Amino acid sequence: MRKMLTIISNVLRASTKKNGARVVVSSRSYADFTPQASFDIKGCDLHRLEEGPAQQAVLTREEGLQYYRTLQMMRRMELKADQLYKQKIIRGFCHLYDGQEACAVGIEAGINPTDHLITAYRAHGYTLTRGGTVREIMAELTGRRGGIAKGKGGSMHMYTKNFYGGNGIVGAQVPLGAGVALACKYQGRNELCVTLYGDGAANQGQIFETYNMASLWKLPCIFICENNKYGMGTSVERAAASTDYYKRGDFIPGLRVDGMDVLCVREATKFAADHCRAGKGPILMELQTYRYHGHSMSDPGVSYRTREEIQEVRSKSDPISMLKERMLSNNMTNVEELKEIDVEVRKEIEDAAQFATTDPEPPLEELCNHLFSNDQPLEVRGTHPWTKLKSVS
Amino acid sequence: MASLKCLLRSGRNAVSVVLRREFHRTLPASLQVTVRDALNQAMDEELERDERVFLLGEEVAQYDGAYKVSRGLWKKYGDKRIIDTPITEMGFAGIAVGAAMGGLRPICEFMTFNFSMQAIDQVINSAAKTYYMSAGLQQVPIVFRGPNGASAGVAAQHSQCFAAWYAHCPGLKVVSPWNSEDAKGLLKAAVRDDNPVVFLENELMYGVPFEMSEEAQSKDFLIPIGKAKIERQGDRVTLVSHSRLVSHCLDAAAVLSKDGIECEVINLRTIRPMDMETIEKSVIKTNHLITVEGGWPQFGVGAEISARIMEGPAFNYLDAPVARVTGVDIPMPYAKILEDHSIPQVKDIIFTVKKTLNI
Repeated sequence: MRKMLTIISNVLRASTKKNGARVVVSSRSYADFTPQASFDIKGCDLHRLEEGPAQQAVLTREEGLQYYRTLQMMRRMELKADQLYKQKIIRGFCHLYDGQEACAVGIEAGINPTDHLITAYRAHGYTLTRGGTVREIMAELTGRRGGIAKGKGGSMHMYTKNFYGGNGIVGAQVPLGAGVALACKYQGRNELCVTLYGDGAANQGQIFETYNMASLWKLPCIFICENNKYGMGTSVERAAASTDYYKRGDFIPGLRVDGMDVLCVREATKFAADHCRAGKGPILMELQTYRYHGHSMSDPGVSYRTREEIQEVRSKSDPISMLKERMLSNNMTNVEELKEIDVEVRKEIEDAAQFATTDPEPPLEELCNHLFSNDQPLEVRGTHPWTKLKSVS
Repeated sequence: MASLKCLLRSGRNAVSVVLRREFHRTLPASLQVTVRDALNQAMDEELERDERVFLLGEEVAQYDGAYKVSRGLWKKYGDKRIIDTPITEMGFAGIAVGAAMGGLRPICEFMTFNFSMQAIDQVINSAAKTYYMSAGLQQVPIVFRGPNGASAGVAAQHSQCFAAWYAHCPGLKVVSPWNSEDAKGLLKAAVRDDNPVVFLENELMYGVPFEMSEEAQSKDFLIPIGKAKIERQGDRVTLVSHSRLVSHCLDAAAVLSKDGIECEVINLRTIRPMDMETIEKSVIKTNHLITVEGGWPQFGVGAEISARIMEGPAFNYLDAPVARVTGVDIPMPYAKILEDHSIPQVKDIIFTVKKTLNI
C-alpha cells in the first residue's frame, strides 16, 4: 500500500511540472493526501433526453486544487474590481460575477481549449478561464494600455483566442455563437461553441430564431442559460411565462443543472459536448446559479431581493466553500495548503491591481486605430475640421 | 430576350443608356452583361477562389435568388456553400457575423435592405464595431448585400434608401455600384476585404445590360473600395451621384450638352469611405456642384458632401451654393404618378443645373 502511494505521489509530482497545471507543490509528502475521490452530484432535470449526465463525478487532487485556485482567483478578482470601482478607478459599466464562478470553471473543465465560447457582458470570469491573465483583465477595466483590448473595450468587450467576448447587447451574442458553431462544422473541425446568455436574455426573439437554425442545420452549439434568478431588477417569475429555461428550446434537448457545484457543471458540460460532437446538433443547459452583487456596480442589489436571501445562498451554496469542504473531508488537501493558494492568489490580484492602477492610459495616437483590418492608413475626421487624425490597421 | 424585357421594364432611362453604349467604340472582346449577371459572376468567382466564402439568405439557394442574382450557384456549389435561411433576419445576420468571427467569409443577403432594419444591431454593434472594441484582435470579414432604395410600385415599407444610415457608422464600408463593371469589381473587392462591407444594389438596375470590357471579364478584376469614377468629363458643373441615379445624371448631361453645357458626372461607387479628393478636384475645375441621390434629403449623402466641401479646399472655388437633388421627404407612395414624383427625374437635374448656373 505504502509503495503504491509513493508511486502515485511521484507521478503527481512529475505531472505538476507541466505548464498547464497550477498545483502548489507542498513541502509535505503527497503520500498523506487522497489522490482522487468520487462524489455524488445532484441529478439534472431532463427535457427530451432519455438519460442525463452521470450522478457521480471523479475529482483528482490535481483537478481539485486547480479548480480551487481558479475559483478563488475569480472571486478575488471580482471583489478587487468592486473595490477599484468604489474608488472611481474603474468607471462605466462593471457587471460582477462573484457567486457564479462554478459555471465558468465547470464549463471550461468540460470542454477543450480549442473549443469556442461566447457570453454576454458579465464576462470577466470567462475571460480568465479562456486564457486572459488577471493583469490584463484588470488593466482593461481601468482603461490602460496594458489592458486585454488595449483599453479600448472595457468591461464588456474583452477577447482572447477562441473567446468572442464580452457582448453588450442582450441576446445578440446567441446568434453569433451559433455562427461560430457553423464555422466549426463548415471547416470540419471537431470543435463546438458554448453560447451563454442569462435568464433575462432568454426571452429574446433572436434566441428563438437561433434555436431554429441551429437545430435545422445541426450546429455544434451548446446553449447555456445562466439563470441567476434576476434579470437586472426583475425576478424570473415577473419576466418569463415559463421559467423552465431548459425547456424553452422546445425541440432542442435540455437539462437543468445545479450551477453552484463545479462538478455538476463539469459533468453536464461533458455530457453536452459529447452530444454535439456526435453530430446530434445543439443542446441546451440551464445552470441554476446566483450572483452576490447587484446587476452592476450601480445596483446595490437589495431593492428586489432580501439580504437574507443573499446570505442564505452564501452560507449554504457557495461554490468555493462546497469544493473546499469536499476536498478537506476526503483528505485531498489540508487547510494549510489551501491557505498557501489563497496567499498566492491574493498576491497575484494585488500585483494585477497595482499594474492596473499604475499602467498609463492608451496614447492618444491610438485613438483612431483598429477601425479596419489589413487596410491602408486613412484619415479620420476629428471634432472639428482642422483636426486631421490618422488611423492604421 | 429576357434582357430586352428587363430593359423595357426598367424604363426609358435604361434604354437610352444601352443606345448610347452601343454607339461607343467597342473594345475587341467586350460584351453586354447585365448587372444581375455581373453580380452572379462575381459571387461565382469568389466562391470558386476561396473555400471559406459562402452565401446565406432567404431564397438564395433553391429558388435561385429572390431576384435571381444567385441563379445557378446552389446547383454548382451545393448546400454547404449556398444556404437558404428561414425568414429570421436578426438571427441569420447574427449567425453570419459569428461565422465571420469564426474564420469564414460570409456573404449575407438581405432580400431588400428594408429588412436589414430587423438585423441592424448585428450589422452595427456586432460587425462594425468589433475590430475597434477588440483593439484589432477580432476581425469580421463579412459582406451584407441586397437591393436598396426605391423599386417600382412596392410602396413605403419596401422603398427606403439606407446609404445614409449605414454610411453614418465608423467601422463599416458602404459601397453602391451603378453599372455591371461596378457591380462585379466592387463585389469581388468587398468579398476579399477583411472588414464588414454593406453592398447596396438596386433592383431596377439588375436587368440593365452594360458593356463589360475585356479587363472586367477577368477573374481577378477588382475595383478599389473608396475610389470614385468620373463617368463623363465636363467643365461647367459637377454632378455627383451613386447607384441608379448616375444614369439620370448622364441623361441630363446629354440633354444639357446640346445647350453647350458640359457636365462632369462623378459616380461615387463607394459612399464610405467617400472619395472627397475626386469631388474636390472636379469642383475646383467646374466651380459648381450638384449632388443627386434617391434617398431622403435630411442627413443624407448630399448633405454630407455639402458639409465636407465647405470644410475643404474646394469651397473657395464655388461660384454658387451646393445644390442637392434628392428623393421627396415622404414615405414612398404607391400610385404611379405619385411614385414618379417622389424620386428625382432627369428634368429635376436639368432644372437644378440651370438654377445653379443661373441660366
